[in-house]
Amino acid sequence: MPSRLLHFRLNGDDVEIAAPDHWTLLEVVRYRAGLTGSKQGCDKGDCGACTLHVDGRAVLSCLTLAADVEGRAVTTIEGLVGPGGPDVVQDCFDAAGALQCGFCQPGMMMAARQLVTENPDATRDDIKAALASNLCRCTGYTKIYEAVENACRRARGEADAPATAERAAS
Amino acid sequence: MERKSINRTHGPDAPHGEFHRVGKRARKVDSMAVATGQAVYTDDIALPGMLHGKILRSPHAHARIRSIDTSRAEALPGVHAVVVGTEMPERYGVIPWTPDETALAVDKVRFIGDEVAAVAAVDEDTANAALRLIDVDYEVLHAYLDPHESLEKHDPAIHEDNKKGNVSKHVLLEFGEVDAALEASEVVVEDDYVFHGTAHAPIEPHCAVARWSGDGVLTLWSSTQIPHYVHRLLAKVLEVPAHRVRIVQPYLGGAFGGKSDPFGHEFCAALLARKAGRPVKLLLTREETFYTHRGRHPMEMRFRSGCDADGKITAVDSRILIDGGSYSSFGLVTTYYSGQLLCGPSHFPTYRFDSTRVFTNKPPCGPKRGHGSVQPRFALEIQLDRMATQLGIDPIDFRRRNWQGENVTTVNGQTVTSNGFLQCLDAVERASGWKDKRGKLPPYRGIGIAGSMYISGTNYCVYPNDMPQAGILVKLDRSGLATVFTGTSDIGQGCTSVMATLVAEELGLRLDQVRVVAADSDLCPVDLGAYSSRITLMAGNAAVDAGRKLRKQVQDAVGEKLGIPAGQVMLADGYAFDREDGDRRLTTQEAFQLAEAKFETLSASGSYNTPERGGDYRGGTIGASPAYSFTAHVAEVEVDPETGEIHVPKLWIAHDCGRAISPVQVEGQIEGSTYMGVAEVALEHHEVYGDVGAEAGLHKRPSLLEYTIPTTLDTPELEALIVESIDPEGPYGAKEAGEGPLHGSLPAVANALYDACGIWMTKLPFTPGRVLAALREKRTAEAGVS
Ligand code: FES
Ligand code: FES
Repeated sequence: MPSRLLHFRLNGDDVEIAAPDHWTLLEVVRYRAGLTGSKQGCDKGDCGACTLHVDGRAVLSCLTLAADVEGRAVTTIEGLVGPGGPDVVQDCFDAAGALQCGFCQPGMMMAARQLVTENPDATRDDIKAALASNLCRCTGYTKIYEAVENACRRARGEADAPATAERAAS
Repeated sequence: MERKSINRTHGPDAPHGEFHRVGKRARKVDSMAVATGQAVYTDDIALPGMLHGKILRSPHAHARIRSIDTSRAEALPGVHAVVVGTEMPERYGVIPWTPDETALAVDKVRFIGDEVAAVAAVDEDTANAALRLIDVDYEVLHAYLDPHESLEKHDPAIHEDNKKGNVSKHVLLEFGEVDAALEASEVVVEDDYVFHGTAHAPIEPHCAVARWSGDGVLTLWSSTQIPHYVHRLLAKVLEVPAHRVRIVQPYLGGAFGGKSDPFGHEFCAALLARKAGRPVKLLLTREETFYTHRGRHPMEMRFRSGCDADGKITAVDSRILIDGGSYSSFGLVTTYYSGQLLCGPSHFPTYRFDSTRVFTNKPPCGPKRGHGSVQPRFALEIQLDRMATQLGIDPIDFRRRNWQGENVTTVNGQTVTSNGFLQCLDAVERASGWKDKRGKLPPYRGIGIAGSMYISGTNYCVYPNDMPQAGILVKLDRSGLATVFTGTSDIGQGCTSVMATLVAEELGLRLDQVRVVAADSDLCPVDLGAYSSRITLMAGNAAVDAGRKLRKQVQDAVGEKLGIPAGQVMLADGYAFDREDGDRRLTTQEAFQLAEAKFETLSASGSYNTPERGGDYRGGTIGASPAYSFTAHVAEVEVDPETGEIHVPKLWIAHDCGRAISPVQVEGQIEGSTYMGVAEVALEHHEVYGDVGAEAGLHKRPSLLEYTIPTTLDTPELEALIVESIDPEGPYGAKEAGEGPLHGSLPAVANALYDACGIWMTKLPFTPGRVLAALREKRTAEAGVS
């Protein structure tokens, strides 16, 4: 099978990875780079579990040819964790009880991360629209909305909503 | 067989004054690993030298296999092993009385997608190429796609040695004189109801990884929700002693009942790995996950119910045809559940059900959240509303009048202990503004109610034995850590956190002082798994049992140190202290060290078995539970009279889960259940092509896009309300929360449609075309009358 050497920035590091030409970005991050946080739920663009960031924008990595990210910056769910610990979005999802089986959640959080960055004043309708291509089978989305609303609140420099505050303290 | 009941009831009270962990809004103990991407799911496992497996599936709905030639596949470079059905001919079934499955088809295929052969190769592309080189010679047989045809004809039968033709199971049970009661009833309603069939569609596809050690021990990592049954059947089918098999369930990406059966890919991964001498991963595609199915059974249900002039129910009578698809799976239980789980929260003095499950050449059905009872519950709750309407009684009041009460025996011999259904009705009535809305909303908007009950585990153990249904081990370490070893399967419902919370409560620990090791058969005592909503009650009682034994030792040692009676020692929030003088305290770490010095290495096991329950008749224990949960749903709907589209803006759900060990998780179960139930009303439909021809029996929409599970934009607003009736059987009074809150979602929408526009919709799914037809019919009828 024809292969190529890919060069891109992965969670802040410059990497060089050999992979077959036809591999998707999802396959390369999961099975070559070993970053298995990005999930494969359908491999055809339906579920959003594979959502990660390319140059700061959420994309479906199962529909992105790995060759297309040559020279670009890729961030996965693992890359959201910084020296100060988990990202605010990760912390808010955990605190809100938004994570049930969790399989949709890395993708969900990457989509939410972009929203919180771009529109910290997001309304519930904005949140629904931003997450509409990320399917969750467990939660009914309710606690995901609460998590994103709280992340927005923190992004605006405000305190947590009362229920979340109680959970965050635990 | 007589089973020993290990029913150490621990009582509803907090062990140390008030509850410190139970009932608090805490984070899950294991979800930060998920949030940061560290949690390892089955497909995240990569072992040195690992090969990739693929399965060849039948393109025919029903065919005999004349021959299989794998020689060309074996010759393909990169292929390391090929297996066919004759290498694993041992028949099995998750229910031991109905062993009609084999790991791969041996002589016949019975649905499009049935497994025929499997290959392991260096990568998936090579394995897929090898599948195309396997030559199978089929003799195509008549495909049964209509359950009515299966009832009448069975030549050739789908399972040729089945003595009942194409009938998988028939149950007829009558309690009291149903016909006489109906005869004497003031009101009798009768209708045909249809449940159409739906899939679980967890976001994680099935996956298994198998490895044999040099000394012949098989380890299988699998996305299963019942590792113990996989363990038993893997040993049997592969003819390996059970102690040489280790089953590990990694993090699991959703199951909902769809990962309950032992599956062909699990056996294939194991045999391929043995033949290849290398680890093998077998990951199903999304399409394969749909073909594998085991979804909710389609049912055609004729229901007849009666009540007296005061609106008291006199009788319920049902006749149900269940389309089982091609294998038995849990079908014996499904057939019983289609009748046995209806006898609450409304009291019936007489009841009969006559349920028949038949085989068809479709993907096999199995247990889906609310196993067997979601479909008849849909029918029954609409019948209740029809009776209420005829008598001019408010449907919520009608349900109040018929409430069975607490500590009662149902007509079919089940024991109901706590019962918070009235509080559930009050809660949704209040929260939804029912009194201002029912009958008062503008045209084409309406509001509807439904009630339901569900089991917290069942007496009926899938295989008869004398051992505990749940076991647990707890070890206390001088570091101050408690480690809980449990066979329970966390499938997202959060039982790992529930076990940690219970042990923390008993031992006065914070949640960060408890770690849980779960679902690894080498390390953990057996738990029967995540089904029938059994874990919180059964494994929870075992956890309290183990925790309490250790607590006594710790109290003893600390009492000795402080010079006070052991009973005066309290444990809470990481401290052991004198109840009379809180300043006299040690850390729990110091307390554990004192106890270890006094009693030696600290560990305890806990066990649980249900008390004797159920009616004294064949099948009387199936569906008999130590405790039942209760739920009330109110749905608001809007109908577009032009397009027939239904919009459900909001549901209010009150669920009686006994004591809520973890309220955030209970809310999550209520929200997720209701989301899943509402999706079955109009969006989701597992359906195969019915036309005779090459595609007959082919799944119509095996992708998440076409199967249309709800997105954020399709999901109603969900308001979850917790009702806590403290149950004498559950750990601190807890009951189930994972499945009960699904049931009422469907009939509440149907009943709201009547309020909105005066139509009784009885056949799911409620497509726009059907809604329009019902509206037309109603207009025609009204025109005829006027
Ligand atoms: S795996 Fe990419 S959208 Fe489903
Ligand atoms: S948490 Fe399970 S799919 Fe979203």
